[in-house]
Amino acid sequence: MSDAKPGLFARLKSGLARSAQRLTDGIAAIVTRRKLDEAALTELEDLLITADLGLAVSKEMVAGLRRTRFNQEASTEEIRTTLAEGAANILRRVEKPLTIDPAIKPFVILVIGVNGSGKTTTIGKLAKSYVDAGKKVVIAAGDTFRAAAVEQLKIWGERAGAFVVAGAANADAAGLVFDALDRARKDSADILLIDTAGRLHNKSDLMAELQKVLRVLKKAEPTAPHAVLLVLDATVGQNAHAQVQTFRDMIGVTGLVMTKLDGTAKGGVLVAIAEKYDMPVHYIGVGEAAEDLRPFVAVDFAKSLVGLED
Amino acid sequence: MFDGLGNRFNDLFDRLRRHGALTEADVDAAMREIRVALLEADVALPVVKQFVDGVRAKAVGQDVLRSVSPAQMVVKIVHDHLVETLGSDSAGALNLNAVPPVVVMMVGLQGSGKTTTSAKLARLLKEREKRKVLLASLDVNRPAAQEQLAILAKQVNVTSLPVVALERPVAIAKRALDVGRREGYDVLILDTAGRLHIDEMLMQEVAAVRDATQPTETLLVADALTGQDAVNLAKSFAERVGITGIVLTRVDGDSRGGAALSMRAVTGQPIKFMGTGEKLDALEAFQASRIAGRILGMGDVVGLVEKAAENIDREEAEKLAKKMQKGSFDLDDLAGQLKQIRKMGGMGGIMGMLPGINKVKKQLSEAKIDESMLKRQEAIISSMTKTEKRNPKVLDASRRRRIAAGSGTSVPEINRLLKQYQDMADMMKRMNKLGQKGLQRHGIQALLPGGGRQQH
Ligand SMILES: Nc1nc2c(ncn2[C@@H]2O[C@H](COP(=O)(O)OP(=O)(O)OP(=O)(O)O)[C@@H](O)[C@H]2O)c(=O)[nH]1
Ligand SMILES: Nc1nc2c(ncn2[C@@H]2O[C@H](COP(=O)(O)OP(=O)(O)OP(=O)(O)O)[C@@H](O)[C@H]2O)c(=O)[nH]1
Ligand SMILES: [Mg+2]
Ligand SMILES: [Mg+2]
Repeated sequence: MSDAKPGLFARLKSGLARSAQRLTDGIAAIVTRRKLDEAALTELEDLLITADLGLAVSKEMVAGLRRTRFNQEASTEEIRTTLAEGAANILRRVEKPLTIDPAIKPFVILVIGVNGSGKTTTIGKLAKSYVDAGKKVVIAAGDTFRAAAVEQLKIWGERAGAFVVAGAANADAAGLVFDALDRARKDSADILLIDTAGRLHNKSDLMAELQKVLRVLKKAEPTAPHAVLLVLDATVGQNAHAQVQTFRDMIGVTGLVMTKLDGTAKGGVLVAIAEKYDMPVHYIGVGEAAEDLRPFVAVDFAKSLVGLED
Repeated sequence: MFDGLGNRFNDLFDRLRRHGALTEADVDAAMREIRVALLEADVALPVVKQFVDGVRAKAVGQDVLRSVSPAQMVVKIVHDHLVETLGSDSAGALNLNAVPPVVVMMVGLQGSGKTTTSAKLARLLKEREKRKVLLASLDVNRPAAQEQLAILAKQVNVTSLPVVALERPVAIAKRALDVGRREGYDVLILDTAGRLHIDEMLMQEVAAVRDATQPTETLLVADALTGQDAVNLAKSFAERVGITGIVLTRVDGDSRGGAALSMRAVTGQPIKFMGTGEKLDALEAFQASRIAGRILGMGDVVGLVEKAAENIDREEAEKLAKKMQKGSFDLDDLAGQLKQIRKMGGMGGIMGMLPGINKVKKQLSEAKIDESMLKRQEAIISSMTKTEKRNPKVLDASRRRRIAAGSGTSVPEINRLLKQYQDMADMMKRMNKLGQKGLQRHGIQALLPGGGRQQH
């Protein structure tokens, strides 16, 4: 049958081809030394722009090089390394792990973001890692709107070994969250993860609904939520600014997760966001499986921005 | 947060006002601004370069008409070139000229909106084209993906292929085609799993589905929020799978939507539809002029008018028209209109669609006029007696004080509302001559603070 998964050999071959390509690219980069003139600087600016850093930040970073290295001879590798260091310096300030205070039970984590950014999957991955670390986790299926959102989350709950509190379709999300908190308390769970329906930040009615979830939650537990994660898709462009700002202003965001970094999108807008909002970045998503969640590491992220993957 | 091209040019050409024709230096300066505007709108860099060269060729040597400023002239050249590049407005049709069942395959990155769009398309084909549609999910990767499509199919009253556990995508597609033939379906829509364009295995899989089903239409579903990566993904899908069109989703967001231009330019394929919401009727034919205005930050004028027309409840509108004819538009009607505004996604939503709005927006945010104001105004009206609503003239100082107390507002706020009402009533009288169409066009703007008297 033509329908079987491509065999191990095919996968190996394509994997090897990719590594070989990277190797030659890398060598080319090292042997080609050139003068860092205006043309070269423009190319570097273009490189940053195509990684979604935005015009202003790209210009700013290249201006730094112009000040220190103008007209000097350098290899592409060296220059990119310098640029990556610049980005890493900005990003390091926001490289902060999501810490769970064990004294708070349940530690409530609200997960929000625009449609399809990866909220539910990220919750599944987080649940799995917490359960693996020996924590008791309850998940609230707060997306009562999207078709099969609950079923999707339940499958993740099973994978992770976490109980999922769900209501009827189109039930009141705030009410459900209230019930889930109750359940988490009764089960003396360590962590309550709350999934929410995807919503564009410019929809005032949907933002108001999320504010209501927050109000109800606070009424039941004044210190909750203990973390509010905004999930950004790495393919996003400059609209990420508006997303961060609006969700922050209207809901309050304590940290970011950037998903889908296993593609070709670099997510460079994070640099500008780090500069502007000083918003912690906790995790990155690099695939659809439970183990594809990594802590955000500023240096690695910065390297990948300028094409210095290792 | 970004100023659109219109504003950039106004500043630029304020400095060049003495010129009467477009010199090469003018055009160069303008091109730099265009580049910035397009990049801020998320148009991919290679496409920006190509676009700017195209515009430059058109602009140099152009005579500037007496009646317009150089800024307006360049904006027009840019806008026209952009509309031309984006393609015609009449793309909202699928090619269904093939032996039934005509296969439509949806492809794209994870989470771009394929499953939702599949259901939207099924609804459209069923209701508008009276076609018998079969939906089939080939997504065996994402948890509950097949269930999601089945639920959506039910919501639009379209059959979805029963799910067989553990069946692989190509086998599902073949079975769907089989059922489609045997049971006389006109169209078969294949929803596929989200995949990265660099995922070799999954790209091979979707190519195999293509070979097995020979789709007449292969639609790339992509997010309007996408940044520079739009060129990479569109190019790969076009090369590896072969696409016949693009669907741009989440156009209801406030992104500038430059990805539309990027994808159109690198694939040469038309953008056929845009997704404008999560609900299953939120699919519209692509309109180049509307997206062009947005990319340039000049306001989505067409979008505003349409949205207004769509959201104004027809019955309400007719009732209103009758009242206007009788000259009896009262405060209850105003309250109704305020609700309509809120329905349309609030002031933020509307304001973003108006041309030349950046300045006004700033003033508004300084004046702290927002939706809470709309709610307060509704509260004021609901604190009035029937007589007062019908005949606001009776509202003397003591009545106004009572209403302020009752609605938790203040007398100046009430005065402002009444002034606004008076302006509107006057305007309505004038618009009476335009008929109902005129009302739908101007009614909303007339409600905006300042009576909709913006520049442009
Ligand atoms: N390649 C890749 N895919 C991801 C990643 N994270 C999530 N996805 C996929 O993206 C798609 C959307 O993910 P969801 O978790 O359903 O997104 P969501 O934000 O919950 O979506 P809504 O609830 O509809 O707003 C799914 O196909 C996921 O498998 C990631 O890091 N990499
Ligand atoms: N606001 C808005 N949301 C949309 C639109 N189209 C789809 N969505 C939402 O985007 C999210 C993802 O949509 P899906 O249809 O599940 O996306 P998909 O491409 O099938 O996702 P995968 O199968 O996981 O790759 C859902 O929350 C949808 O409701 C649109 O035009 N506007
Ligand atoms: Mg979800
Ligand atoms: Mg899907």
